[in-house]
Amino acid sequence: MSSIRAALLIQRWYRQYVARLEMRRRCTWNIFQSIEYAGEQDQIKLYNFFGFLMDHFTPASSERNLISHIFRENEICRDIEWERYFCYKSIEVPESYTGPHLTFPMTFCGVSKLMEAFKHKQQLHARYVLQILGETWRLLRILPNINYVSVCHNQEITICGDLHGHLEDLLLIFYKNGLPSSEKPYVFNGDFVDRGKNSLEILLILFGFLLVYPNDVHLNRGNHEDHIVNLRYGFTKEILGKYRVHGKKILKLLQKIFSWLPLATVIDHKVLIVHGGISDMTDLNVIERVDRHRVREPTSRQWQQESEQQEWRGWRTSGSPASAQRHNPPRRSLHNLPISNQLSWSLEDELKRRRRLAGFDQSYGEMNKSESDSDSEPAGTETDEQEWKQIVDLLWSDPMPQNGCIPNEVRGGGCYWGPDVTEEVLERHNLQLLIRSHECKQDGYEFCHNRRVLTIFSASNYYEVGSNRGAYIRMGPDLVPHFIQYQASRTCRELTLTQSVGWTERSALRALREQLFVHKSDLISAFQEFDPNNTGMISLRHWASATETVLNLGLPWRMLRPQLVNSTKYGMVDYQQWIRELSITEPKLEISDTSILETMYKNHSNLETIFRIIDTDHSGSISFEEFRQTWKLLSSHLQTEISDEAIADLAQSIDFNKDGSIDINEFMEAFRLVDLSLKGRSTDFYTSQLVYMS
Amino acid sequence: MMSQTDETPAVAKRRDNNMAESNNQSAETKLSDVHKRIKAAFETFDNAANNTVDVREIGTIIYSLGCFPSQADLHDFIAEVEEDHSGYIHLDRFLPAMTKVLLEHKFPPIPKDLLLQAFEVLDKDNKGYLEPEELTKYMTQEGEPFTQEEMEEMLTGLADHERNVIYYKDVINQLAIDPDM
Repeated sequence: MSSIRAALLIQRWYRQYVARLEMRRRCTWNIFQSIEYAGEQDQIKLYNFFGFLMDHFTPASSERNLISHIFRENEICRDIEWERYFCYKSIEVPESYTGPHLTFPMTFCGVSKLMEAFKHKQQLHARYVLQILGETWRLLRILPNINYVSVCHNQEITICGDLHGHLEDLLLIFYKNGLPSSEKPYVFNGDFVDRGKNSLEILLILFGFLLVYPNDVHLNRGNHEDHIVNLRYGFTKEILGKYRVHGKKILKLLQKIFSWLPLATVIDHKVLIVHGGISDMTDLNVIERVDRHRVREPTSRQWQQESEQQEWRGWRTSGSPASAQRHNPPRRSLHNLPISNQLSWSLEDELKRRRRLAGFDQSYGEMNKSESDSDSEPAGTETDEQEWKQIVDLLWSDPMPQNGCIPNEVRGGGCYWGPDVTEEVLERHNLQLLIRSHECKQDGYEFCHNRRVLTIFSASNYYEVGSNRGAYIRMGPDLVPHFIQYQASRTCRELTLTQSVGWTERSALRALREQLFVHKSDLISAFQEFDPNNTGMISLRHWASATETVLNLGLPWRMLRPQLVNSTKYGMVDYQQWIRELSITEPKLEISDTSILETMYKNHSNLETIFRIIDTDHSGSISFEEFRQTWKLLSSHLQTEISDEAIADLAQSIDFNKDGSIDINEFMEAFRLVDLSLKGRSTDFYTSQLVYMS
Repeated sequence: MMSQTDETPAVAKRRDNNMAESNNQSAETKLSDVHKRIKAAFETFDNAANNTVDVREIGTIIYSLGCFPSQADLHDFIAEVEEDHSGYIHLDRFLPAMTKVLLEHKFPPIPKDLLLQAFEVLDKDNKGYLEPEELTKYMTQEGEPFTQEEMEEMLTGLADHERNVIYYKDVINQLAIDPDM
């Protein structure tokens, strides 16, 4: 054998090996992504459900009271009152405090001090947090919806994508690229919070730099800068955990701040930067004019007062095509939403609006009669709807390879837009490039649509250590993007490809097994349909088919089968045994009705979200009655029966009757799934990832 | 799950029938299985769920189906199935071409002993291992050369951590374990 032939053989062999690994890595990626997006979709479904409830419960019902109590903000509406509410002045910083002390106005030294402190895992005192947030809020209010920036000669602007609480990535970027300054402008493209455990630290640093260099640091809002999303994905929990006394205030102030974050940045009138993307309806002129702070929770809706509700209810239940026509303009986002997606108003605004509606009624009624049927909707509301939709599209959309624009069913909000839409929208606005984030990319960045759309993602190891690199963009006056990639965490750099894939894969499989476990009743039913003779065995083909039907994650089960099903006999699976072997722990509690447990596991995130919503004062605990109502709500949403006895039983078993209230964190902890296979090993690393993912 | 001794004759018969069905390798079943495997692998890279994949992923897909094409083989295959240099490959063209490859065993695996022989040829001094420099020289200069990135990854992955040499006999055995097949 010649050495050339030998080399050829070895190269061929090795390339095959690497490809196999790549295939596994890609499967793993798909797992994480489907679970993540299914979670987002779930979130939106939950809110649609609340809307449904609001419409179908009679005024007297207690559930309705509960929901309207949750969603109507019992808030101070005037800015002066807000300022008084958030005043930090009464908060004393004790002698024992060892964290950083800040002085205002904010200076570069102040932010540096802050960063150093965070590097050393110190926590900023609530007084200073509120101070920074207060200053930030004041600044954001005077900023426009779209920041127009220009890159001067000799300068380069840096653009970062999602950070998701990964402080180490932000620090790595600053280390490699330098700190923000007037010579070094930055754009941060949203999703600063949730999932990672340093969301607040990231916000404080970004806000700090914003205060010091307001003309050179630009923040775009992301879909996670939304307090309802935060309830589910970890930011709310992080704040309440770190600030037990002042957490609620901080959260309320952040809610305000998020609503005031600008929506987009444009560089040299040529490059558009938004968090999610665009739709075929995107119109920057419209976006420039909206009152962005009114659209506080793009994921929630405001339920209108009685009279209007009658109208909507009537329309909805009639479902007649004619009226449906009028209320269905090219509806792309939150398409499952019955019409009204009103903004969240404060009391004062509500009164103003009603007065306006009353005034408008006549004239608009006249005008609209000609173009449509029956009772007209004041044009004001129609515009609000369009504005709201424009914003949701900016924050939630994803690109797709085919032409067209369709609702983003995977995420449940925004749309999927194609290369033709990119061309059209960029042309219309005389732009040449769209930079967005929102989707995790293995190499930290990715072009699509003929290099007219660029995705930039800055949270490395997003799904798991070794899952992906982060990246940021540097761009000079020529507006050509240059990329710098990195991966935080020393450990993962030392991993070989094999180890990194293995690690990530194990984590994904764990998450997947968890999903399988919580659906076991449904899985068994589905399997039994393929096993009419009750042999206890089904073919692998049927296994894959049944599993997909139940989980609906769109995963290639055939490919995953070897990692999920350990033993097969002649191509058949003993499904009962397989379910037992999923080896996820059961709680130690003795509860007679175990089906409630399964509902609990399956709807872990939903349950927690509902709990946190009910806990309007963010005290971390709810009353027994609220607890019972939560379960009732959940059972309506899922259309399953959860009896009062079962709930009382559950309540009793966790022994909270003593003081009549239940600590949410403790309750959720008790039911968090812990993979038995991790027993004996350090679980901190794994579970910290899983908690935020579920 | 009942053990063999517990089964009634009726149940045993049913079980045997089930298994016989799945073992029945008629040509149709075999073909349909092959199609399923190809589609499953293809789907993994079909991000937009529209039955197309980026041409740069085709190599990975083919390898993952248990084939061992050379780079030249890959180029030829791609030339056949790519849609006019669009950068995309559609399942409609990939499926028949790949089915043929699988049924004809066109790019068979490399037998272990041949692989061992290949390493031994490169190990001129018969040391039983290769120095990183030796391997690098051959991999990056001969045959269908590796890129620098590929080379670095190979060294990190295959080299013994302490001695920093490649014990190729061990490596061949390790990497041969294929859980996917």
